[in-house]
Amino acid sequence: MMQEWAGGAIETAKRRGASYADARVMDIRQRDISTKNGEVGTLAESESLGIGIRVIAGGAWGFASTDRLTREGVQACAAEAVEIARASALAKREDVALAPEQAYVDTWQNPFLKDPFRIPVERQIDLLLAADKEMRRIKGVTVAEGSMTFRRIEQLFVSSAGSSIHQIKMQSGAGIVATSFAGSEIQKRSYPNSFGGQHMLQGYELVESLDLVANAPRIAEECVALHSAAQCPEGARTIILGSSQLGLQIHESIGHPIELDRVLGMEANFAGMSFLTTEKLRKLKYGSNIVNVVADARLEHGPGLGTFAYDDEGVPAQCTPIITNGLFTGYLSSRETASSIGEKRSGGTMRTESWNRLPMIRMTNISINPGTWKFDDLVADTDAAILMDTNRSWSIDDRRYHFQFSTEIGWEIKGGKKTRMIKNPSYSGITTEFWNSCDAICSREHWTLWGTPNCGKGQPQQTMGTGHGAAPARFRNVKVGVAFAK
Amino acid sequence: MATKNVHLTAAELERIAERILKFSEADETEVDIGVTTDALTRFANNTIHQNVAEHTLAISVRAVVDGRTARATTNKTDEESLRRAAAAAVSLARNQPRNPDLLPMLRGQKYQKVSRFFPATAEATPQDRAREVTRVCRMADKNRQTAAGIFSTGGSHSLLANSRGLFARYQQTRSEFSVTILEKDSSGWAKANSPDLRAIDPEALAESASRKAAGSRAPREIAPGRYTAILEPPAVLDLVGFLFYDFAGTAVLDKRSCFTGRMGQQVFGENITLWDDAYHALQTGAPYDGEGLPRQKVLLVDRGVPKNLVYARATAKKMKAKPTGHGFSLPNDYGEAPMNLVFAGGDKSVDEMVRTTERGILVTRLWYIREVDPYEKILTGMTRDGTFLVEDGRVTGGLRNFRFNQSILEMLSKAEMLGPAVRAAGEESFEMVVPAMKVRDFHFSEVTKF
Repeated sequence: MMQEWAGGAIETAKRRGASYADARVMDIRQRDISTKNGEVGTLAESESLGIGIRVIAGGAWGFASTDRLTREGVQACAAEAVEIARASALAKREDVALAPEQAYVDTWQNPFLKDPFRIPVERQIDLLLAADKEMRRIKGVTVAEGSMTFRRIEQLFVSSAGSSIHQIKMQSGAGIVATSFAGSEIQKRSYPNSFGGQHMLQGYELVESLDLVANAPRIAEECVALHSAAQCPEGARTIILGSSQLGLQIHESIGHPIELDRVLGMEANFAGMSFLTTEKLRKLKYGSNIVNVVADARLEHGPGLGTFAYDDEGVPAQCTPIITNGLFTGYLSSRETASSIGEKRSGGTMRTESWNRLPMIRMTNISINPGTWKFDDLVADTDAAILMDTNRSWSIDDRRYHFQFSTEIGWEIKGGKKTRMIKNPSYSGITTEFWNSCDAICSREHWTLWGTPNCGKGQPQQTMGTGHGAAPARFRNVKVGVAFAK
Repeated sequence: MATKNVHLTAAELERIAERILKFSEADETEVDIGVTTDALTRFANNTIHQNVAEHTLAISVRAVVDGRTARATTNKTDEESLRRAAAAAVSLARNQPRNPDLLPMLRGQKYQKVSRFFPATAEATPQDRAREVTRVCRMADKNRQTAAGIFSTGGSHSLLANSRGLFARYQQTRSEFSVTILEKDSSGWAKANSPDLRAIDPEALAESASRKAAGSRAPREIAPGRYTAILEPPAVLDLVGFLFYDFAGTAVLDKRSCFTGRMGQQVFGENITLWDDAYHALQTGAPYDGEGLPRQKVLLVDRGVPKNLVYARATAKKMKAKPTGHGFSLPNDYGEAPMNLVFAGGDKSVDEMVRTTERGILVTRLWYIREVDPYEKILTGMTRDGTFLVEDGRVTGGLRNFRFNQSILEMLSKAEMLGPAVRAAGEESFEMVVPAMKVRDFHFSEVTKF
């Protein structure tokens, strides 16, 4: 049926005068489970099936979507997309131009071992409740929480240029959180990461690999211990970021500014623009010589939330060098934006949250290449520093220059040894100054491909999952403690 | 020409609900159906670059089986899919431990009428939106400025019914215009939304944004520090919006609210009074909560003293309070929250705030606000799109944008002047009725590069 709906949409759009049309039929299934203090919180499943139709007519874009998947419903939707494109043409300055791309007929599914929707829900609940119990064993924990999310996305992309691409993606995610209130302070520890834990393009084997129950007592103890830890100092310090925090640092201060739609002003009203204006390409020293970053959507990079075979305008997954030995070398692009800056081909980064949303430039897997350091050697090599781990808050300006992050926990490093715990760690800086201060990155054995499931962008806003491979890394002369300065 | 791509009618929704309630095998069943039609015209670089419409349906079934509850949702309307959703809700519910807090579903309720559906909004076409956007883009061209923004219109119809006789229905339209005007080294912004499209004046909003962009050219950099801040309503909104969940009974029960141990104390200045009021003329939303309980007007803060929280039914039982009609759809972890905040406000204009300020910073809007400390309610974020220096009672030019780290508890204790409360729209919080504020000692902690 998917082929019939998509084909009918393309036919109608062409008949109504569209010079280009593509259609995405998406069938999305999701399961959400959460527990809190020994009880089940959310327990829900959902399914959503519909079609989104994107056209160029009169030299301008139109998009319409519907879940009325009758012949009449699809035709009306395609006609509406053309009508909207003609309205867009009223304010047109020039015709939309797309970078060339071949037509593809293909089918792809990400590999996974265990279908999470076939795992009995009571087993999944039992696992979360067991971790919950372990956290609440620790005196001082006021809230124990756990969650799992599973998502299966089946989609068919069909274009008037002849593409027909069928993809199935299975995503899994899980995490636990301990919170403690004491005196006048709320502290929190999450595992394996904050904001929902770890998320990947994998099956239930991901959840099993996290070993939530075994890690529950440790994070609960750390959470309570934070109340009596020393406050993060203020001033310029050496810092070492844990890999999940470095993943978010990459997301905010590299991933977003390299989005070419931001650079070209297309997101100016909401998400903002970028300091990475086009004259900086292949000229700006983004980071120190050891900083190498790629945008890699291919499966060989790993099963990240930014992994696929084709993007949502039918362009194959690619690996784009973003920062090469410290030099800024690439953007995230679409067929339209690549064309507008004279690139020969799209980088294949157009992605959509669901059938009712327009594809837009989104991060794929934006990852820093591993360095050479073993983590223990890095600590031993560091005279004085603060090790910061697991994000607690994040903020950056609308051109992506100035950021401030705080993490759940910190550790003082003194004389090459990890010593006392530090609470309320925070650091801030200017993007390029920060990345140029990086002088050590840990090796492949410490590198993790983190999933960020909650990246927001666009109007109407879309939430997208992105991947970020990172290993612990050291940065010199970074401003710390500003968030809590009086 | 209005869109022909219409969705199900109210009568069709009702028939779907009746069918599900009839064949559900649960002890109790709740059906929540929503139909949405939304369209959004997006412009940047003085041209329309994205233009979208969506027609969506969500049919959600909540089942209660032997003291357990779960939810399944579909957007498919054929008999098999509806039966599958109902069966999935039952199956999920069965496979979990009993929930000791679960209450019987509500019986039929009476609701106060609210009128938030405007045909002029529902019938707006892509051409209507394109005409307004074209005017704004031409104005920007004429001023040698660059415009970016959105103009959206749409509406939704929702229905909530259960097997114990509850039946609630709500219909609302919405429209929104937001514009950023850019110059080489400055920018301005304005935004408004309303259920009634006729209340939106895109050209006036664009002119305001244009003046801000022109007035903040060649921004100066001044040292960070504590300054008197004059916060326009969108800036106030996006800060105080972070307080909304702190007024939830569940947040206090979990000791995650900044009001834990502070209820009844003088937490804010005496000029701060705050309600949750779904029936306020400038508010929007249904007159009932996720379980179908009528929303009550609740006095949250009285002259600086937090007085009351809001409660879902189960939270109220646990906390020995009365439910207030602020619960989320079940099942959930969060309980409830006030979604229709209304400040009492004051009578000072922004001009008067400027006139009475020797040295301060006028802020149009804030951006990327995140919570740094949940109990002291320290927030961080950036100023954006129109930050001005005020000297000797007048605006003397644009400033480079600041990062702030500011406790909201402290801020609402140091509000020296309040403007009249207006419906404000920002980007970090849902819409509320808030005043402009003049606040002393606001902590601008660092400066960025533009």
